[in-house]
Amino acid sequence: MDPNGTLFFPEQGSTIASEVDLLFHFVLYLSIFFFILVTGGSFYFAWRFRKKGEDQFTPNISHNTSLEIFWTVIPTILVFIIFIWGFKTYLKMNVTPANSMEVNVTAQKWFWTFGYKEGATTTNELVVPVNKSVKLLMSSQDVIHSFFVPAFRVKMDVLPNRYTSLWFEATKTGEFDLFCTEYCGKGHSEMIGKVKVLSDAEFASWLASSSGPSDLPPAEYGKELYKSKACFTCHSIDGTPSVGPTFKGVFGRTEELTDGSSITVDENYIRHSILEPQSQVVKGFQPVMPTYQGVLNSQQIDALIAFLKTVK
Amino acid sequence: MSVAQGVNYLNEDKSLKSWLFTLDHKRIGVMYLFGVMTMFLLGGIFAILIRLELLAPGPDLMTADTYNQMFTLHGAIMIFLFIIPAIPAALGNFVLPLMIGAKDVAFPRLNLASWYVYLLGAGFALFSMLAGAADTGWTFYTPYSTTTSTSVISMTMAAFILGFSSIFTGVNFIATIHKLRAPGMTWFKMPLMIWALYATAVIQILATPVLGITLVLLVLEKAFGIGIFDPAMGGDPVLFQHFFWFYSHPAVYIMVLPGMGIISELIATFSKKKIFGYKLIAYSSVAIALISFLVWGHHMFTSGQSELAAMVFSFLTFFVGIPSGVKMFNWLATMYKGRISFEAPMLWALSFMFLFAIGGFTGIMLGAISLDIHFHDTYFVVAHFHYVMMGGTVVAFFGGLHYWWPKIWGRMYNETLAKISVILVFIGFNMTFFTQFILGSQGMPRRYFNYLDQYQPLHAFSSYGSWVLGLGFIIMAFYLIHSLFRGKKAPDNPWGALTLEWQTSSPPSHHNFDEIPDLDHDPYDYDKLMVVDDKLIRKNGQSEKKETTVN
Ligand code: HEC
Ligand SMILES: [Cu+2]
Repeated sequence: MDPNGTLFFPEQGSTIASEVDLLFHFVLYLSIFFFILVTGGSFYFAWRFRKKGEDQFTPNISHNTSLEIFWTVIPTILVFIIFIWGFKTYLKMNVTPANSMEVNVTAQKWFWTFGYKEGATTTNELVVPVNKSVKLLMSSQDVIHSFFVPAFRVKMDVLPNRYTSLWFEATKTGEFDLFCTEYCGKGHSEMIGKVKVLSDAEFASWLASSSGPSDLPPAEYGKELYKSKACFTCHSIDGTPSVGPTFKGVFGRTEELTDGSSITVDENYIRHSILEPQSQVVKGFQPVMPTYQGVLNSQQIDALIAFLKTVK
Repeated sequence: MSVAQGVNYLNEDKSLKSWLFTLDHKRIGVMYLFGVMTMFLLGGIFAILIRLELLAPGPDLMTADTYNQMFTLHGAIMIFLFIIPAIPAALGNFVLPLMIGAKDVAFPRLNLASWYVYLLGAGFALFSMLAGAADTGWTFYTPYSTTTSTSVISMTMAAFILGFSSIFTGVNFIATIHKLRAPGMTWFKMPLMIWALYATAVIQILATPVLGITLVLLVLEKAFGIGIFDPAMGGDPVLFQHFFWFYSHPAVYIMVLPGMGIISELIATFSKKKIFGYKLIAYSSVAIALISFLVWGHHMFTSGQSELAAMVFSFLTFFVGIPSGVKMFNWLATMYKGRISFEAPMLWALSFMFLFAIGGFTGIMLGAISLDIHFHDTYFVVAHFHYVMMGGTVVAFFGGLHYWWPKIWGRMYNETLAKISVILVFIGFNMTFFTQFILGSQGMPRRYFNYLDQYQPLHAFSSYGSWVLGLGFIIMAFYLIHSLFRGKKAPDNPWGALTLEWQTSSPPSHHNFDEIPDLDHDPYDYDKLMVVDDKLIRKNGQSEKKETTVN
């Protein structure tokens, strides 16, 4: 369990978290009270009025109107309070503060892409500053996914052909788990990432360095992208078959395509495969590779090509 | 007895043909019982395999694809082929006419047809299982279901067909309850089980067609590319969720209401006490049935529906909770000053009270929108609906099965083993599923093949629990099968209950009652009447047997 959390909850990482937990504990203690009343009561009666000795007739107690009204009305009042409380917090979750920083979120099988106005894009790692409200504008490229950060107590479905949004304000720096919670197929449980909360200064320098070109050598940068852009979820580099063809020895290999033609893998083919994966599909595979159009810039594609050449 | 001694519905004609063409509600109930128990076994095996895979993170037993098919099959089989028909079509079919003093249901042929439709539906489900089982979850959410390459169509057709079997049963029960009650049995003299089956039948008839239409639309989209739900073709995926839950939320009450009916019978019989607040319990069944149609949106708080819709659905959700809570208080009050004995069915009823209470309270938590946002699609929800469906309905079903077993077969089972079994199921169930509340609130999403290391201890504990649970059911299978062949002969009224099904022989003859049943008392008049060794004893001192009066 989360060492900073409680029995029921992971640590509180956002402004809304404590409010959610408070309502939960209110309902929890109320439930424990009524639970003891009902099941404790039934076990007590079971013991107290257990059959003893000879059979006897039992008293004729058919009903008691005032008692029945009492135990209908009291729970009704209590759930009404819970309803109002739950709804008020929900409204707070739904009204995005005006000065929020915006991040675009794209969900697809089976990874998350985060795009910043300044040009940086990340995969499976959402980087945000602490103590600043962040608005996520989300959409999906394929099926429905759902964005969930337990420590922030926020969740929102991510739909194809529609934007949904969500906001939060992180209250402490650190790394928090991020899950997809709408079932989306084979890689659903791998569709997880991190939210990295940085101090203001760290965030500013991160944003500046991630938005410009990289200064790593191309093949190394490509290797990093292979991991950070989630290519590894479908392509291995050690020859094991996966959702897509292995990258081992891919460069120069001759591939048969589903339309019957065959092609030798070169720079142009790779570039094409990354940007328009559905137009040339390798025989024996499903056309499930997402397009990286708009996700990878040309420097990054060059780096990936350089990297693929080294995988032997 | 007027008919030849010892001739009953089981032994009057033992040929296979006489079973396959039977119009006797009791035989159809028994055939349903075999059907649903087979499905429970199958769904249970999938459950054990799922828990085995989750014992440790990473792939252990199976691939992600297989895992996804397993939880889909587990859910679809347990819901459409086990829980929905278990109480109404299997037990209800057997006891409903007996409890109202009728010879059969109103439409015996329709009743048999519903069983064959059930078989056909099961056939489609098995076909889907063998032909690359669907991997959509039992909820079939679009656009995943319309784009996956597994055999979704045959699985949705199975659910579609099974819907008809459910509708047939519902129509039959409503007609039977309206038209075939024994003379003198007014509405408020009906046992509460009948009220529950009646309310259930209303939902079956009104909600099931919506599921049918939805699944047909899904098939049309998938097979012919007609854009209804798929946004790529101009459809709306959330529309599917609205349609689906418009059926599937009321369906929760198709599953739970009959279970509550059984519990009312068990508590009254084993407390030998007049049921407390008969009318409130009866009305609350009807209230639940009606309100349940208006709360489907609480499954969709994170789907992007408007705040206003979320507010209304949350509000109404709490109001469907109230009648369920009221029933709990009424059962409790029934036990007060009773004469309580602890045969196996009563132990099932007491576990029901315990487990269903937890299911209900966590339901209140999920009804509060801001909490649901955190819990939605995590193990918290998985735990909640297992407490309601399994801790509630399935436990009530087994309570009912043990209660009516002597009537169905004319034989008793081993009471000690039965007690061990219910206790193991109770312990195993709580180990398996209480853990999952904590897993879920800690953030563990549902339908995950793999998980982060921090969740491992709780997942492992939950899996150990599933073995205890499994052991409880294995013991049960053993003594129930043993009872079929070797069980002690059952008396007509082993529990001393006052409802009509106990006034006939065990097992009953083909026509249920050899004479018009005795209706000079209410179903729960334990203040005036008592049954000792099949003899009815009146408070004023007279004692009488069913036909001869002995002093
Ligand atoms: C969702 C799974 C998935 C992801 C993620 C993915 N691919 Fe693919 N990829 C495939 C599949 C399936 C194929 C084979 C079918 C096809 O050609 O479209 C493929 C084919 C390819 C090919 C052609 C290989 C050959 O042998 O002809 C290249 C190159 C490629 N992908 C590069 C990438 C790169 C680079 C990334 C990461 C930026 C990536 N893929 C991410 C699934 C994926
Ligand atoms: Cu997803």
